[in-house]
Amino acid sequence: MAESSYLPGLAIQNSEVLDSSRHSVLVRVTHWIHALSFFALVVSGIAILLAHTRFYWGETGGEGAPSLFDLPLPLHRANVSGWGRSLHFLSAWICVLNGFVYAVSGIVSQHFRKDLLPVRAAVSWSSIASAVSDHLRLRRPTEEESLTYNILQRLAYLAVVFLVFPLVILTGLAMSPAITSAVPTLVSIFGGQQSARTIHFFIANFLVLFLLVHIAMVCLAGFTKRVRAMITGYSAARRSPK
Amino acid sequence: MSDSLTRRKLITTGLVAAAGASSLGVAAALASRYGLIPPNHRGIFGPSETLTYAAQRVLIPRHSLAREFNRSEISKFAPVVGEPPKDETYQRLLAGAFAEWRLTVDGLVARPSSFSLEELKRFPSRSQITNHVCEQGWSFIAEWIGVPASHILNVVGVLPRARYVIAFPFANGDPPQSWWESIDMVDAWHPQTLLAYGMNGPELPIRHGAPVRLKMPGQLGYKSVKYLYRITVTETVKNIGQGLGGANVEDGYSWYAGI
Repeated sequence: MAESSYLPGLAIQNSEVLDSSRHSVLVRVTHWIHALSFFALVVSGIAILLAHTRFYWGETGGEGAPSLFDLPLPLHRANVSGWGRSLHFLSAWICVLNGFVYAVSGIVSQHFRKDLLPVRAAVSWSSIASAVSDHLRLRRPTEEESLTYNILQRLAYLAVVFLVFPLVILTGLAMSPAITSAVPTLVSIFGGQQSARTIHFFIANFLVLFLLVHIAMVCLAGFTKRVRAMITGYSAARRSPK
Repeated sequence: MSDSLTRRKLITTGLVAAAGASSLGVAAALASRYGLIPPNHRGIFGPSETLTYAAQRVLIPRHSLAREFNRSEISKFAPVVGEPPKDETYQRLLAGAFAEWRLTVDGLVARPSSFSLEELKRFPSRSQITNHVCEQGWSFIAEWIGVPASHILNVVGVLPRARYVIAFPFANGDPPQSWWESIDMVDAWHPQTLLAYGMNGPELPIRHGAPVRLKMPGQLGYKSVKYLYRITVTETVKNIGQGLGGANVEDGYSWYAGI
């Protein structure tokens, strides 16, 4: 326990299941669809942002009104936000539908409960502290450890799936004048139309940060092996001699 | 992995695919019949444009009202995009304080008509304090005063085949460009859809679309066409421009901008 957050008992129990495959087909397919749609959402989000690079709090804001902050980005008044908006909504639909399939199947197959919900033994300050220290020292996980998720991964994935993504969707919907006609609470809980836009921007930044850390961790754990596991479903650990 | 399991999997997959394909076909036919297919349903963004429009038409009650605000919440600023039309006719009408201006209402109507500004102002008016949200990202709250589009539609008598209302403004931009924007009958009959002649007062500031503009708080600002001169009720928008339902759509913007 002192060396890592790896739990021997859990690994033995899981190895039978994970031995044959690391990621289910559904997780792999939804992962890559999500990766593509998220990339498109970020690119198109930036295109939309370039039409107006100021942010406000409350219901209203625009030229002539005080802003919360201004981004030092070049303004592109024409011909960017058109395709930007269209691509944003296309990829948003793909992202939401794909995420819905992922979430429902994860609940039905008990993927979340079995693989992501932290096991009771791991929810302690000492195990969290040792996982944090492993990460800070950039210690590579062993092959056995990479057959399961450590406590920090579990908490981060659960938070992103069940808290951050729902929030980015809700703040997006809160900017829709037609949807808020039917559900005014959706925008009032965020403090207004412009507040929803500002929060949407911050959450998007957080998700990009999460993605960067995710990629950094994949690189640390062994880029080729981890990406192969997410494509073929099999972890390299499977081929290790028994 | 036994053969039978593989075969069973194959058959199940086939059945699911067939069921999926046929239900898609049925869904498309039903969607078209109930007016859930927007004019810009083709092309790479067609599926998402259609999903957005259909989902909102199905899920949002038809007469949900856009949020209205208190007088104290009216913004002290009112950003605006674009200059008034340089069009000769518009400039002449502007010089005459729009006394000569008339709004033509034609197309699939029982009594094609035209109305002067004074006549529009004599119709029952509606005032609403709503948020004007621009696709660029800014927004401001203002009071809009005008005659509900539904009142004009009742005056001229809409024929049953009508599916869209097209709004034509004076040619705008440099060089002057003819412009149009269409809405479906759900939005045309919506109680908050105004032919607005006043903003924060009895008149519309010139850059905000004088003498009369469309005002639909349930959609993004670009659907609320400024500097109107003609409104046409129609069954199809296919024969105008590229047939996508609006000049904005040809620049890549959504036809349905309830978003």
